[in-house]
Amino acid sequence: MTTRGDPKIWLRFTPAERIGRSMVYIIAAIAVVWSARTIEIIPEFLYDAPQQTADLFQRMWPFDIKYWPFVWKTLVETFHIATLGTILAIMMALPLAFLAARNFTSNAMLRWTAQFIFVSSRSVNSLIWALLFVAIFGPGAVAGVLSIAVRSIGFVGKLFGEALEEAQAGPIEALTATGASKPAILIKGYWPQTEPAFWSIALLRWDINIRESAVLGLVGAGGIGVALDAALNNLYWDQVGLILATILAVVVITEIVTSSIRSRII
Amino acid sequence: MMAMDEAVRQPGAAPVVLRLDRLRKEYRPGLPVLKDITLDFDKSGVTAIIGPSGTGKSTLIRCVNRLVDPTSGSIWFEGADIAQVRGSALRAVRRRIGMVFQEYNLVERLTVMENILTGRLGYVPLWRAYLRRFAEQDIARAFELLESVGLGADFANRRADKLSGGQRQRVGIARAIMQSPALVLADEPTSSLDPKTSVEIMELLADISAKQSIPVIVNIHNVELAKRYARRIVGMTGGNVVYDGKPDGLTAQHLSEIYGGEEWQ
Repeated sequence: MTTRGDPKIWLRFTPAERIGRSMVYIIAAIAVVWSARTIEIIPEFLYDAPQQTADLFQRMWPFDIKYWPFVWKTLVETFHIATLGTILAIMMALPLAFLAARNFTSNAMLRWTAQFIFVSSRSVNSLIWALLFVAIFGPGAVAGVLSIAVRSIGFVGKLFGEALEEAQAGPIEALTATGASKPAILIKGYWPQTEPAFWSIALLRWDINIRESAVLGLVGAGGIGVALDAALNNLYWDQVGLILATILAVVVITEIVTSSIRSRII
Repeated sequence: MMAMDEAVRQPGAAPVVLRLDRLRKEYRPGLPVLKDITLDFDKSGVTAIIGPSGTGKSTLIRCVNRLVDPTSGSIWFEGADIAQVRGSALRAVRRRIGMVFQEYNLVERLTVMENILTGRLGYVPLWRAYLRRFAEQDIARAFELLESVGLGADFANRRADKLSGGQRQRVGIARAIMQSPALVLADEPTSSLDPKTSVEIMELLADISAKQSIPVIVNIHNVELAKRYARRIVGMTGGNVVYDGKPDGLTAQHLSEIYGGEEWQ
């Protein structure tokens, strides 16, 4: 911001700032042109994309209802994978969260170890974890459950650890002063303060895991993704349509269920 | 051990509940907050510790139940020096010392009854605390205390976060007494309360101290309240004790020595 001679002249930017801003626009334009050339768009494919999309939807409809029993079976498996995976993740993440919380664990080495486990769990996508576990345990729901569980440890542990660190120090000090042991302080001091956060985190992760376990079947880790994979490979678009519609419905329903439970807890 | 036994046997003197001997605390080396405090506390009623903010009153009281670890000196309580005890021995000492806080420090999402029963956490096995299966006599005692702090049985199932400040402090006092303590510490118990409620809370502390014959040590910055309810006043300034005696012996000169200056009086 500068004012020159006559105080009524006001300019928002200095000349240097104006040059800088123009440069940003020019660089952005160059970047767009450059990347458009690099990805080698084949215009013919682009022109008939609307037609292709319409064609795909036409082939999907009407859904192949005869495929439903198999879809249902894999859908139930998806639920089981998501739920079991979430429960396993919580069981492993809770102790780690206490180790990671600064106000509960004073040993820096333990805290660092817990944080490291969280980061490694979170840095790998559950689909990649699934590839790994399919290689170890073979295809099927076991690999799915484990990949969901391992991917969720970091999420649940990090968020619950942060909730623990936000627990008020006063009541903890008061319970310490009564001569309560550390486990007793955990049950009566930390847990009541962090319980709403815990349920909120667990539900949110379960919700995410329903969606994630729907695609695990693409790499052979069980669930509705197996049905999707089979239908895609056979080019049975009417089956693909049925599965996509089912996944959409399930995601919407879990979203409604979890958000209504969450609002009741908090 | 020896020193304590001799003190107890001194003819004519009331039995000593707590003896601080050259108690020193340095948060940073070379900068003592408490400068070798030596004090005896007997079983008689309320002792008020007065003094300006940051003078070590809170540190002194927290050294007694070891929420703060003293740098040197000894703390004689129930026949032993507790200045260095650790682990389960420390927890056994702590459960004999009740504590009342300025911000009440209740567990907000638990009910009044559960908050009072946390006073038994040093005694009951973990599974009982977890399953909320407290002994019948503990529950009966909690209801008794609920009455005697002036709340009544219909408060039992109310959540702590639904209470007013004065009501919370009453629950805080009940929790401390629930420990069956030999000593109660109160750190600025009235500083977050309005003047009328402050008087009620001090009256309650003095009353419980007399009826249950539990000595109470109160940090308080309201000199008038201290003079009204304490049998003994300890004046501290700059980490030293500069007055120790009866409330009516406390003169304007003492007060200006404790708080500095005279304009405020």
